[in-house]
Amino acid sequence: MPDLDNAKLREAVLGGDWKTAAAVTKAAIAEGVEPLAIVTGCLVPAMDEVGRLFECEEYFVPEMLLSARAMKASMDILRPLLAAAGTEPVGRVAIGTVKGDLHDIGKNLVGAMLEGGGFEVIDLGADVSAERFIEAITKSNANLVALSALLTVTMPAMKTIIEALRNAGVREKVKVMVGGAPVTQQYADSIGADGYGESAGAAVALARRLVAA
Amino acid sequence: MSRLVDWLAGGLLITDGAWGTELQARGLDPGVAPDTWNLTHPERVEAVARAYVDAGSQVILTNTFRANAVAMEGDLEAINRAGVAISKRAAGAGALVFASIGPTGKMLMAGEIDEERVADAFAAQAAALAAAGADALLVETMSDIEEARLAVAAAKSTGLPVIVSFAFDSGKNRDRTMMGATPEAVATAMLKAGADAVGANCGVGVEYAAPVCRRLRAASGLPIWIKPNAGLPQMNGSAITYGTSAEFFASHYAALRDAGASFLGCCCGSTPAFIRALVSARSASS
Repeated sequence: MPDLDNAKLREAVLGGDWKTAAAVTKAAIAEGVEPLAIVTGCLVPAMDEVGRLFECEEYFVPEMLLSARAMKASMDILRPLLAAAGTEPVGRVAIGTVKGDLHDIGKNLVGAMLEGGGFEVIDLGADVSAERFIEAITKSNANLVALSALLTVTMPAMKTIIEALRNAGVREKVKVMVGGAPVTQQYADSIGADGYGESAGAAVALARRLVAA
Repeated sequence: MSRLVDWLAGGLLITDGAWGTELQARGLDPGVAPDTWNLTHPERVEAVARAYVDAGSQVILTNTFRANAVAMEGDLEAINRAGVAISKRAAGAGALVFASIGPTGKMLMAGEIDEERVADAFAAQAAALAAAGADALLVETMSDIEEARLAVAAAKSTGLPVIVSFAFDSGKNRDRTMMGATPEAVATAMLKAGADAVGANCGVGVEYAAPVCRRLRAASGLPIWIKPNAGLPQMNGSAITYGTSAEFFASHYAALRDAGASFLGCCCGSTPAFIRALVSARSASS
């Protein structure tokens, strides 16, 4: 893949320019560049940089959303090609905001960043019951479960869901990561989660660590 | 505006503390939207409101934070009306009732929802709260200036005084909203939108509130509403506690008053004890 395309796609993702991201991706495919090379060589590192800029507070949610959208425009072109070639994703994440909580902004951001990190994201939405997470594990082969809660009053549902996974006999099949405004490392430890992500950027690094473990 | 100025003529007003955690202490299931209790358990909601009035709150809110048509379903008109009625019963002649309007939980800029639906949801909620006799409307825990603008416009159309408060929880100094907005950007936009007061609530803790308060005041010239969290939640065995004590919280009283706060209370994790501590701090400093 010529360096120029790579730099242009990276710039489009960092600048949140989805039209250019899609156009450059199409052009690269037409030139015979491997879809997986575009993902691992450009999109993943570009989204890592977005995550870094978010961590060091140069980017805020609007910038991150625009970058995720540009990344998604490129991935929408690449996904069918990757599937046709039988390429396996880094991991399959079932993500949702826990029962009783309708807030999905944080969950959507984490989902977008995980997708940019090469994960297949099964988005279960908001107000998600334990049963639906169990179904995603048994039917869709998710190996990661990501739980989100914005409210102190809904955070305890994380514990309930982890217990339900254990009772259904699927807890050992997955790693569970948790996050959201009221959630802390201490809380994650106390409910038996495998990891806690402080931000959408940190979630990607955590998910990689968990699937590698 | 004039009503707000009259209310503040005697100086800073002490508002209330958290409701969600207080309702849970009275049996609210974590999976249930607190607002629904206005219809199913009005006496327990009133007990929370009364606990704040008894503790010395001069302004109490309503249990209507989520009751807009984007954030939740159900008979919202009835939930909003009951929320105001409950708080008014608890307040009697001893406190003002400012009705709470929280965010939709959807992001306009992500295209998750269109402006018209957001504006309609806020308009319906504001109308129900005003019709039930709220003294003022409080648009709170906002992070997006655009969404807040729609909420303030809806609230203003009722003719009641409108206060708008943002959650500053991002950035190194915790002086940005989740969307990256600074106190100056918020103050300028909300002044232009016609808000009668601006402020900061929720966030990460009282120790970050004074600089934000000062900046909101300098950029808007309006009365400032301040209601920080009692720190972040921590697990103590199976119980959730918050990092900040009522005494630590109240030790910031003078700094917040000097930074220009006109309304002072506490947000998530606080209890009536925090309000009592603020009342004592005010007596001690005057």
